Amino acid sequence: MLTLLQKEFTLDLRRKSIILGIALYLLSTTFICYLTFALRGNQMSPLTWSALYWIIVMFSGVNSVAKSFIGEKKGVDIYLYSVADPHDIILSKIVYNALLCGVMSFACFILFSIFFENPVQDMTTFSIVLVLACIGFSGAFTMLSGIASRSGNSNVVMAVLSFPVIISILLLVVKVTKNCIDGLDPSISTNDLLTLGAVDALLIAMSYILFPFVWRS
Amino acid sequence: MKALWWKLLCVVLLIYTIVGGLLFDVPRLDIVNETIRNLYFHVPMWFGMIALFGASAWHAVKYLRNPNIETDIYSTQFANVGFAYGMLGIFTGMLWAQYAWGTWWHGDPKQNGAAVTLLIYAAFFVLRASIENEDQKARLSAIYNIFAFVAMIPLLFVIPRMQDSLHPGSGGNPGFNMYDLDHTMRPVFYPACIGWILLGFWIASLRIRIKLIDEKLFG
Repeated sequence: MLTLLQKEFTLDLRRKSIILGIALYLLSTTFICYLTFALRGNQMSPLTWSALYWIIVMFSGVNSVAKSFIGEKKGVDIYLYSVADPHDIILSKIVYNALLCGVMSFACFILFSIFFENPVQDMTTFSIVLVLACIGFSGAFTMLSGIASRSGNSNVVMAVLSFPVIISILLLVVKVTKNCIDGLDPSISTNDLLTLGAVDALLIAMSYILFPFVWRS
Repeated sequence: MKALWWKLLCVVLLIYTIVGGLLFDVPRLDIVNETIRNLYFHVPMWFGMIALFGASAWHAVKYLRNPNIETDIYSTQFANVGFAYGMLGIFTGMLWAQYAWGTWWHGDPKQNGAAVTLLIYAAFFVLRASIENEDQKARLSAIYNIFAFVAMIPLLFVIPRMQDSLHPGSGGNPGFNMYDLDHTMRPVFYPACIGWILLGFWIASLRIRIKLIDEKLFG
């Protein structure tokens, strides 16, 4: 499994275009938001901030995680199929994608703080939410990208499949983010954080159990 | 599935539900008034939907353990009828919301959760439509079916309970048990649930038989 993880890293670091592509995607969407909101004298309520932030993180998450199976070359999966256990493959991909998502959302957060202000008052809780959300995103998207890559028009299918599944995570995350922005006491969010963790665990467990069946086809 | 008794039971129960649901005495309450009768038609739709989706997921698990085309047909048709039940549940709910809350769509956590559930299963049908190979279609849709069913659980049963809602039974609003102080609604409500669930399985079993014959004839 560790070798597989290593393989993901080296492959992606070698293909600089992917990293640059994601970075540019984040930069341009944030910049577009900045420009459109500049029309109103840059007045953005904290709630709009959190909504925009999570929408951008989610879409760049879909785009970058989707490539984990869809973008793979033809022979690679057959080769991996012959040498590795499907459980290891899905776990290594989930870990890798979670890290990727984490870096991405952190970068997005910095961009947002530069272009707009940083309304978050409770940074500790916010970073926990960020981590949990990234784990959940990668758990769901990695699995669904595996399903979508087997179908005809995979990019459309990927979007259609992933959005409804991810909404339960997104709802919780937006709610906790609002608490963080308002600077409420962290103890208020504990329940939501626990639920979020449970949903993450559920999604990852399902991916882990079901992935071998995707892999066989 | 072909036995006669449960179909007769279903017909009897539903006739009883419709007659009793529209004619029997119900508790007089402010705002809700006669729309409380919607309980007999709206709530059983969700029970039916969950039962049908559960059956669908169950057959999906069975398919993954032992792939054959029959189980796939079972799983898909249960999902189909469950989806129809979900649509009916949404529509009866909207009708009720128009009277009780004043808007068709209130953006209530329960309404949103229900809508997202239907989106998940709509995605399931899109997935099925976009795969050419029959075997692969059956397997991938079975996988997504289980995944979606599990993802649906927090959406329907956990998150709505954590938020305030206008929906009866949550957020401090009285639910069925509190409306029904004198137990006048129970004698209709429980048979209604059983009747509607049976009807759902009946429709699904007919669709399954049609598909099986279709499969046999044209393979």
